Amino acid sequence: MSLQASLRSRQSALASPDEQLRILAGEGDAASFDATLAGAQLAPLRASGVGVLQINVGKLCNQSCGHCHVDAGPDRREVMTPETAAQCIAALARSDIPTVDITGGAPELNPSFRWLVEQSHALGRHVIDRCNLTVLLLPSQDDLGAFLAAHRVEVVASLPYYRPAQTDAQRGDGVFARSIAAIRKLNHLGYGQPDSGLELNLVVNPVGAFLPAKQTAIEAQFRRELERREGVVFSHLYTITNMPISRFLEFLLASGNYQAYMERLVAAFNPGAVAGVMCRSMVSVGWDGTLYDCDFNQMLELPVRDDAPRHVRDFDAARLGTRRIVTRNHCYGCTAGAGSSCGGTTT
Amino acid sequence: MDHDHYYHAGDLGRFAEIGKGNPELWEKFSAYYAAVFAEGALTEREKALIALGVANAVQCPYCIDAYSRACLEKGSNVEEMTEAVHVACAIRGGATLVHGVQMRNVVDKLSM
Repeated sequence: MSLQASLRSRQSALASPDEQLRILAGEGDAASFDATLAGAQLAPLRASGVGVLQINVGKLCNQSCGHCHVDAGPDRREVMTPETAAQCIAALARSDIPTVDITGGAPELNPSFRWLVEQSHALGRHVIDRCNLTVLLLPSQDDLGAFLAAHRVEVVASLPYYRPAQTDAQRGDGVFARSIAAIRKLNHLGYGQPDSGLELNLVVNPVGAFLPAKQTAIEAQFRRELERREGVVFSHLYTITNMPISRFLEFLLASGNYQAYMERLVAAFNPGAVAGVMCRSMVSVGWDGTLYDCDFNQMLELPVRDDAPRHVRDFDAARLGTRRIVTRNHCYGCTAGAGSSCGGTTT
Repeated sequence: MDHDHYYHAGDLGRFAEIGKGNPELWEKFSAYYAAVFAEGALTEREKALIALGVANAVQCPYCIDAYSRACLEKGSNVEEMTEAVHVACAIRGGATLVHGVQMRNVVDKLSM
C-alpha cells in the first residue's frame, strides 16, 4: 500500500464524524451498546478516577495507515499550539495524575512535543510516547531516541506483524523495514533491553477485519520471531482491536466486511472487559484543548458530557474522575473478547 | 428456507440450531469441541492451523470460513495457513496414491 491521502483531503463523506455515527447507529436491528451495557447491569458507565492524561497533539503524521482512527497523515494541519500545550501542563501541575500519554498523528512532529515531555518529566510524571517508529528515522528527529531515553519516556510503538507483507499492507510500503531500523536504534539506546528501565512496548492491531490474537500468546510469538528474524527485542506487547471508525470503517465498508465485523464485535461483548476500559481511568485532550473520554470519541467529536469541564483550561480532575462516559456503538470495539485499551487487553 | 442451493454462508451462524433436535447431544458435542480447541499440549494457534487443514481436506465451506478467520485471530499468517492446506493436500493426495499399491495387488493377482 502506498501512502494514501486522508479521508479529509479526499473529501470522503466518512471524514464527517456525523456520517460515521450515522453508520454506526445502524438500522436498529443490532442491540445498541447502551442497551447491551444496561442488559449486563453495567450502565451507566462512569469514570473511576483519572490515572492518565492522554494528550493528542494533532493529526499531522509522516505515515498514513489504512486503519488509522485519527485519519492522520502528512496532509493534516491540525496541531496543538504552545498555548494549549501550556494549559495541559498547568492542568497536570494542579493534579496528581501519574501518567501523561502523548499521541497524535506522529506526536514528535509537534513543535511542543519535547517541551511537553520535559515539563511532565519535571513534574515527576511517567510519560508515554505513542510512536509510529519511522519518525525516528526522519533527519529532523535524529536525536529523538536519545531525548526520549534521557527523560525515561516509555515508548509505545505500533507494529502490526513481525513480517513485512502484513505490516506494509496496513502501514504503507517499506514501513516494516524502517520500523525495524527504528527498533534497532531504540534497542541500541537500551530500549526494550532487560533491566534498562527503558520500556519499548509494541502495539499490535489486526491487519484486517478480525479480532486480535490472545495477547500473551502473540507476545511470545512476536518475541521469538522478531529476535530470530530481525535480532530486535521489546519489553511487552499490547493487542488493540481495530475500531470501526474513520479509515478502518472505510476499509470495512469498501471490502464488504462492515456488517460481519460489527456482528463479531457485538457477539464477542464481554461484560468482564468493561471495568478495565480505558475511558474509565483517563481523560483525552484534543489538539484544540477539548476534553474527551478517549481518543476514539475525540475523533468522533464526542466531547465529555457537559456536566464536566470540557476544555483543558478548566481541567478539574475530581469532577472528571466521576463523570459519566459518552458511549456509542463503536464502544463494542473496546469490550469485545479480552477487551481492548491503549494498554492492551482489559481482562 | 429462503434459498435454493445447498450451502449458504448464513447457515454457519445457525449452527446451534442443530441442538433443537437433541439438546443433550448438542451440549455434549459443544463441551467436547471447546475442550478440544483449548490450549493444551498444542497451542490454540497450532490447533487452528490443523483445523484449517482438515477443513480443506473435508471441503467444508463453513469450517474453511471459520478457521481461516480463527487462524488470523490466533496470529497466523497466510503463508503458514497455505502450508497447512498443502499438508492436507499432500496427505489426501498421498492417500490416493498409496491405494495404488492395492490396485497393483489386484492387477498382479488377475494378470497372467
